Amino acid sequence: MVMPFSQSFTIEGRNFFNAGKASTEIKSLLKQLGIDAMIIRRVAIATYEAEMNVVMYAQQAVLTFEVTPEAIRIVVDDRGPGIPNIDLAMQEGYSTATAEMREMGFGAGMGLPNIKKNADELKIESAVGKGTKLQMTIFIN
Amino acid sequence: MACMRICPTQAIRVRGTKASLLKDRCIDCGECVRVCPNSAIVPQTSSFSDFSKFKYTVAIPSPVFYSQFGKDVSPSTILSALKKIGFNDAYDVACASEAVSIGIQEYLDSVGSPRPLISPFCPAIVRLIQIRYPNLLDHLIPIESPMEIAAREAKHQKMKELGLKDTEIGVIYLTPCPAKMLAIKHPPRKKHSFVDGTIAISEIYPSVLQALPGVSQNGEMPEVRGLGLGWPILGGQVASLKAEDCLAIGGLSEAVRIFEDIENGKLKDIQYVEVHSCPTSCVGGSLNVENSYIARGRVLRMVRKFGSKPCQDREKIRELYRKNFFSLPGKIPPVPLQPLDEDISKALQKLQQKQQMYEQLPKIDCGACGSPTCMAFAEDVILGNAHVDECVFIAVKNFEALSSSLVETIHRHSQKISNTRETLRP
Repeated sequence: MVMPFSQSFTIEGRNFFNAGKASTEIKSLLKQLGIDAMIIRRVAIATYEAEMNVVMYAQQAVLTFEVTPEAIRIVVDDRGPGIPNIDLAMQEGYSTATAEMREMGFGAGMGLPNIKKNADELKIESAVGKGTKLQMTIFIN
Repeated sequence: MACMRICPTQAIRVRGTKASLLKDRCIDCGECVRVCPNSAIVPQTSSFSDFSKFKYTVAIPSPVFYSQFGKDVSPSTILSALKKIGFNDAYDVACASEAVSIGIQEYLDSVGSPRPLISPFCPAIVRLIQIRYPNLLDHLIPIESPMEIAAREAKHQKMKELGLKDTEIGVIYLTPCPAKMLAIKHPPRKKHSFVDGTIAISEIYPSVLQALPGVSQNGEMPEVRGLGLGWPILGGQVASLKAEDCLAIGGLSEAVRIFEDIENGKLKDIQYVEVHSCPTSCVGGSLNVENSYIARGRVLRMVRKFGSKPCQDREKIRELYRKNFFSLPGKIPPVPLQPLDEDISKALQKLQQKQQMYEQLPKIDCGACGSPTCMAFAEDVILGNAHVDECVFIAVKNFEALSSSLVETIHRHSQKISNTRETLRP
């Protein structure tokens, strides 16, 4: 039985300076494991979008990254406003971003749809006023 | 140790008193050449005598070369001086740069994705992408470099003119950096380069400087002109394009940040990214003589003086583009770093061990062990390439443990001896 490798990262809301650090670190770990470049790219895009969602909307989140020989699992558990209508948020182009966020090139309404497109499995649980928990899996083979 | 610390890909280790290179990580950026206080790292360029096997030699200086002399020495005078010191001919590369920029513009206008496209002309950047960003290989614009275009044209022209064979003409590139030498010895996507040898600018500089006073300022060589003259400085490529939404990036740490962004799916609205491993682009190459900022000033001056007159007929070049004049055959292959283990289960185990090892280290990246960072040292230990005692902090801790147990043992034994003496006393 192989022990899964896991590591946790804290993501701070509104901290644009550190935004993207977790996905960069995760990419580096996956490269050391010899994971296929296309899979790494999917993980990178999905993780980065999830990270940016936290930075833009939530107060704080813990991102847990876990690898087994079969799959890569990423859980992003945030303390934040929650998503009132998940189906709506999953639609391309739907966004609640402010004008400033759009000014910075974010908020095109592609975040969650992009995560869904790149992950093999995606589960979203959300409680309005409390937070959102995103669980995604990308299979290695 | 300076080389080990500066290496952007952590390819250098110092064991004992010698630095050694992890070849598969090296991108030939030349940073180590620049910082070595003992000039112990010397790139292998050719020298004049190596070219005696050719019947005819053509020098093709990197346009950076034009910026290494006084501000009033024109490019065509420098080409004349190269003939004077022994080359049969000298061929301008800046004009090829202008042609290539038209080729890039055509490519941008006709191929829609992926975006942004990345310039493939800094070989250290190409190598960095091959090693660390294989996902971005298809972002490299598949257009031949000005150096190769100029070499190919020079060769074909001379073969026709003189009736010589391909192998009888030696095309020699005067290079500002070791990375270009690598691109010639091992072109990333095809087997053969049209360049037959390289000489470092720093090596040929003295003889050209000496020859300059006797060279007439006007006449012999055609005037060098066009926006290609601006290519050696940061933003020179972008300035020669019509496309908007282009970026110019200098320096490896900035390049890495941009590549991370592109890999994360950002910057899709950017058309073209010009990227150089040297912060000031090619005028900052480690084999140049002149200060890169002074050289930059001279390039700008040359562009003002000669840049406005194009040296290429745009329509003709577009026609050539359609005939695949600039196309590169084949794909650039990825050269990924060795993973911790080929077997993923074992790699996972080693990654755990590496993280655990790292936790025991001081995390100050002092480099005394001979690895550039504590994380790199942890990996070297796990892969069996270093011994954990080579970390001075761990060695001292181990020594303390050893000596205290030694003291304790001695104490116990002396106690025993005196006890034994007591009991044996008659």
